[in-house]
Amino acid sequence: MNTGEADGNVIAAVDAPTAEDGSGVIHILLLTVGPIVLALVISGALLLILGVNPLTYYAVVLERGLFTSLGLEQSITRMGPLLLVAAGLIVAFRAGIWNLGVDGQFLLGAVLAAASAPALAHALPPALVLLASAILAAIVGVVWSLLPALLRAYHGVNEIITTLMMTFLGTSLANVLVKLMFLDPATTVPQTRTLPVDDRLPRLFGTTINAGLLIGLLAIVGVQIMMAHTAFGLKLRTVGANPVAAAHAGLPVAWLTVLVFALSAGLIGLAGAVEVLGIQGNVRADWNPAYGLAVIPLVFLARLNGYAAIAFVFLFSVLSIGGESAARRVGVPTFFTLVLIALIMIILATVEYADQRARAGRAS
Amino acid sequence: MPADTLMAKPHARPQPLAAPLVALRGIGKRFANVVANESIDLELRAGEVHVLLGENGAGKSTLVALLSGLLQPDAGQIIVDGSPMRILSPGAALALGIGTVFQHVMLSPALTVAENLLLGQGWWRRPARAALDQAVGAIARDFGLNVDLDAVTGELSLGEQQQVEIIRGLLRQTRLLIFDESTSMLTPQGIEELGALMRRLVERGLAIVFITHKLDEARRFGDRITVLRLGRKVGEISSERLEALDDASAHQEIVSLMFETIKATGEAVVGKERKRVAMSGKPLLELRDITVTGQSGSTGIEAISLSVWPGEVLGIAGIDGNGQKLIAEAIAGQRRLDSGKITFGGIAIDNLDVGARRKLGIRYLTDDRLSEGSVAAFAVSANLLLKEIGKEPFWSRGFTRTAVIDVHANAQVKEFDVRTPSIRTPIGKLSGGNIQKALLARELFGDARLVIFSKPTYGLDYNNIVTSRRRIAEVGARGIAVILISTDLEEILALSDRIAVMSRGRIAGILENTGDARLAVGGLMVGGALEHG
Repeated sequence: MNTGEADGNVIAAVDAPTAEDGSGVIHILLLTVGPIVLALVISGALLLILGVNPLTYYAVVLERGLFTSLGLEQSITRMGPLLLVAAGLIVAFRAGIWNLGVDGQFLLGAVLAAASAPALAHALPPALVLLASAILAAIVGVVWSLLPALLRAYHGVNEIITTLMMTFLGTSLANVLVKLMFLDPATTVPQTRTLPVDDRLPRLFGTTINAGLLIGLLAIVGVQIMMAHTAFGLKLRTVGANPVAAAHAGLPVAWLTVLVFALSAGLIGLAGAVEVLGIQGNVRADWNPAYGLAVIPLVFLARLNGYAAIAFVFLFSVLSIGGESAARRVGVPTFFTLVLIALIMIILATVEYADQRARAGRAS
Repeated sequence: MPADTLMAKPHARPQPLAAPLVALRGIGKRFANVVANESIDLELRAGEVHVLLGENGAGKSTLVALLSGLLQPDAGQIIVDGSPMRILSPGAALALGIGTVFQHVMLSPALTVAENLLLGQGWWRRPARAALDQAVGAIARDFGLNVDLDAVTGELSLGEQQQVEIIRGLLRQTRLLIFDESTSMLTPQGIEELGALMRRLVERGLAIVFITHKLDEARRFGDRITVLRLGRKVGEISSERLEALDDASAHQEIVSLMFETIKATGEAVVGKERKRVAMSGKPLLELRDITVTGQSGSTGIEAISLSVWPGEVLGIAGIDGNGQKLIAEAIAGQRRLDSGKITFGGIAIDNLDVGARRKLGIRYLTDDRLSEGSVAAFAVSANLLLKEIGKEPFWSRGFTRTAVIDVHANAQVKEFDVRTPSIRTPIGKLSGGNIQKALLARELFGDARLVIFSKPTYGLDYNNIVTSRRRIAEVGARGIAVILISTDLEEILALSDRIAVMSRGRIAGILENTGDARLAVGGLMVGGALEHG
């Protein structure tokens, strides 16, 4: 019940500006940029309390995440898997499905890609190895979402709970696979066999950025076009906004629900593959970047719009790459990036609420 | 004191009985431009079961809401114990001794009976369980009630839960107890028990207001019957008169009060110009013995057989919730049949889905405009095509052709006079009447051969009602078969060629809409058991 309603509001918010005149764009910009500035000020105050000069901190973050070529390349490289996760989440959220099982789907995809790529490298040409591993990772993600999907579609079981439970099992299973099945016997640290750098996703234009970025961009633009400009996307949005109306209109609600889960989890599994095949090269035991928790707020900041999500993912990548360096340099925990993101979310939600109240007040 | 002045003018009618416990004088209540109650006088006395009878929309629920403090009257006075009172909240009503047993039980299902009864006391108090045992024991003995205080409320039957509500009322020194359609969900045996209990309660000096749709209940359990119609009181049958009448004539008198044409407001009450539909040919739609189980306590439908011919308007009358909506959903393909057969244009359609049936020309305009008929957050243009997603020419190889969709939307909005700021406005922002027009445009688009209208004018204002009815008549005149489901008898009488009456999930009868159909249909609506003639 709650999911549908919440998501309905989100869609209403997404669609609302189109109904208004040209000032809508400025209005939206103000509503988005304002909270970010305010969040920077508040977290600056927090830094002051911690005894750190906020200007120094922000300067280091920007310098290491954006203004050095290595930092910028790192930031952009990180966008690849994040964009795929964002694409998977946007499909689900716009269709009214709360897929919160990102980390399980992501890790299992990553582990299977990490295990299969070195194994296949002997048998297949490199391009096919990458393709096969990526497809395998996507399929594993889909499989891991099947149980919540079927429970939701045919028994109405709330997917928030089931996907969270599956992510719990999924992260553990990923660990088990790394430690027991796919362990690289050559190393002392439990991890999978490492894919040689030459066999990984190709680099772009002589930089350290790999093709994962292109896959991510392709996915998120594709998802945006699908949701906004195709019949299939409209069907998914209809199911998400009002499943009763969808059934009344003759849409196969259960089947579409399963498809949404499959698309979402498939993209997220693929994100795991891109992370491993492009950046990490292997999966260490207990490794969990927890991208799900980071990207969920980002796609909401982007109001479930794919293009806006690209900008927010870029911002987050800069903050997290820069934040990692700044943490070492200034002595602030790495997690401070998340504090900043959380502040932006809270302030954004508050401003959004106030704005809707004001608009409702003006309307009546 | 103003109260004394008021009481100094006694009513002209000689009243041998004691002064009323609660009296309503000239009560009126309006919602926007709908009159819910107008100049209603009512006297509720201790020792009497006062029955309120009326169709859906007659104003009964509004009256209950006024008495129980949920609403405030716009005109008139509520007089309690001889003094005019303003009942500003449900709490105030309880303090005055006015309690209500609603149709849907208002107890917390997860709590025990005792916990439910102890709710509402100050949070700082320790629950007075011992005192409760004693008080409930006394009430149970007095009124012959039997209730287990430690039972979990949700596990009790509906009848038992109602008993808990009644006990809660009695614990609070209730003097006037209102039963708002309390029998509508009960089994026949449960109804008998409730009737007997109401009798015992009035014998102990309570006043009871009993709201029902069923004539036989009104007659057997009531001491006095007041009939409401379109928000006005159209008649009262006193206890002496009720006793003097035999069953048949009481039935006849009440049915004529409830359904007889009494207004001369110029609305189309005259009945429609009847065209002879060629019923000799094959019917377009045929339902044979269809049965659908109701979900979670709602009425199912059983052994429904109907035929509709092209160009015919078949009205389905009945009090709300007697299974009408299930018939519509079964025909549209939203419900699987448990048994029976549906043929349309000679083809068995039982196994076709909603989309396939729509393609054949079956259209269903739901009464639930906002939560079923449309997606509130989507633009008007998208809602106009909600049942055509992916079809040419609006989509080409799956891609949306916004320009084509906009042209279509603008044309539809113009043709059906949908008042909207823009075709991109979210449909949820439009008024009910305009949403209805948009949905009508959607259902009539393409080759419609059968249109089912479910309560098409429910909640609309006068102008939109007139427009909608004209549209429905036009649809029939174009040779399309029409099924018109409505709880508004005037609407059914004004538009239908034949009228089927639903009662408790079955068809109580199918009649030609001739001049004297009104009373016959009305009689079937309120209880086929006592049907006469």
